[in-house]
Amino acid sequence: MTDAIIRTEGLYKSFGELQVLKGIDVSIRKGEVVSIIGPSGGGKSTFLRCLNLLETPTGGKIWFKGQELTGKKPNVRQLRQQMGMVFQNFNVFPNMTVLDNVTLAPVLEKKIPKQQAREQAMALLQRVGLGDKAAEYPRKLSGGQKQRLAIVRALAMEPEVMLFDEPTSALDPEMVGEVLDVMKELAQEGMTMVVVTHEMGFAREVGNRVLFMADGRLLEQGTPADIFEHPQHPRLKDFLSKVL
Amino acid sequence: MDKIIGIVEKYYPVYLSGLWGTLWISAVVVLIGTVLGMGVAAMRMSRIKPLNWIADIYIEIIRDTPILLQLYFFWLLLPKVMPFSLSDTQCIIVALVVNAAAYISEIIRSGIGAVDKGQWEAARSIGLSQVHMMAYVILPQAVKNILPALCNEFISTVKGTSLASVFFVGELMTSFKTVQSATFLALESLIVVGVIYFTVNFVLSRLLRVLERRLMVSD
Repeated sequence: MTDAIIRTEGLYKSFGELQVLKGIDVSIRKGEVVSIIGPSGGGKSTFLRCLNLLETPTGGKIWFKGQELTGKKPNVRQLRQQMGMVFQNFNVFPNMTVLDNVTLAPVLEKKIPKQQAREQAMALLQRVGLGDKAAEYPRKLSGGQKQRLAIVRALAMEPEVMLFDEPTSALDPEMVGEVLDVMKELAQEGMTMVVVTHEMGFAREVGNRVLFMADGRLLEQGTPADIFEHPQHPRLKDFLSKVL
Repeated sequence: MDKIIGIVEKYYPVYLSGLWGTLWISAVVVLIGTVLGMGVAAMRMSRIKPLNWIADIYIEIIRDTPILLQLYFFWLLLPKVMPFSLSDTQCIIVALVVNAAAYISEIIRSGIGAVDKGQWEAARSIGLSQVHMMAYVILPQAVKNILPALCNEFISTVKGTSLASVFFVGELMTSFKTVQSATFLALESLIVVGVIYFTVNFVLSRLLRVLERRLMVSD
């Protein structure tokens, strides 16, 4: 597939003796919203973290925009500037204000003038309802606000792909909605998104495609309708019967 | 008590010059020791194995030998190996710096290690360079972690300079010896020095505590 923005081929990852990924072949097109579902410990997060090389694959290949990342000397920093990531535990920087969290990387790495970076950051913060928090430190934010900040921090680098690693799993239930709303909006704007999630509602309604991973393998993939209405693999049937 | 007051009245210039010696030697040792300590911490955390080994060996040697021995060692060694002549005081400062840097490097390393793993990943995920990540994200958080331990080390350094009196380099403990031999009032002379040490370190620890609280506010 030539129009793939991300493609993996036979991706393997082991931690010592433990084999977490056992040959994953995935191709993601520009503008696609791909949800990855499956039981815990099935390799979903590890797969996602391999895509921006937070984990180094032990075997197989990854291409991003036609460039092989698993080659000799990939430009990891440049790659990561084009691939935003949102973590389960937010990982906002507690030692700087909300605004500085957002402007840090654009100013330092993209050499965007401070004033311009601030204006762009304020526009993004306002979009996710954090405009009035710009001067606060993150410790004053709720979990949902921290996660929205983390999304904005990644967006400020104007990435081409956004990776989400269980973005709502650490949130109190009443805050899940506000984060999912931001993600839905992003999806509607055509952002390419790869989302590891336990939110079946999101996978079903927002995603274009759902991947089901278990035991380090990609066991089934298809449209949300395929996966949720006509699951084929017994592991997927079993999984869905437990979560739905 | 009268004797103590008498000593202070008569010999306060000796104590003052001793206090000055202690303060400037401590300041120099803390400053250079901290800078070197950062370097050693960087070596220990480096991906280049030989650098790890060198730093490990250095820290172990310093930790497992008495500081007085280290002072003697540099006091004996440096004049032999250096092409230019060094005063006793300079030799002792080198020894104290070498000692302090080892301990400070361990404090810095543990402070950096205590920064949440997620912070490193987040910094990497937005494409920060190694230098920017350390300077803007990791070190500012590490400094808060290590401040209490660093305070202790600074106070130890001030106290450690007293060992230099063995070589009569003119710090506070030397002034005790001077006054004692002039007056034969050993205990009284010692008490004066003790009060000065206590006051200096008490003020120092209070100042550092204020600084610590300031840093916490921004968090």
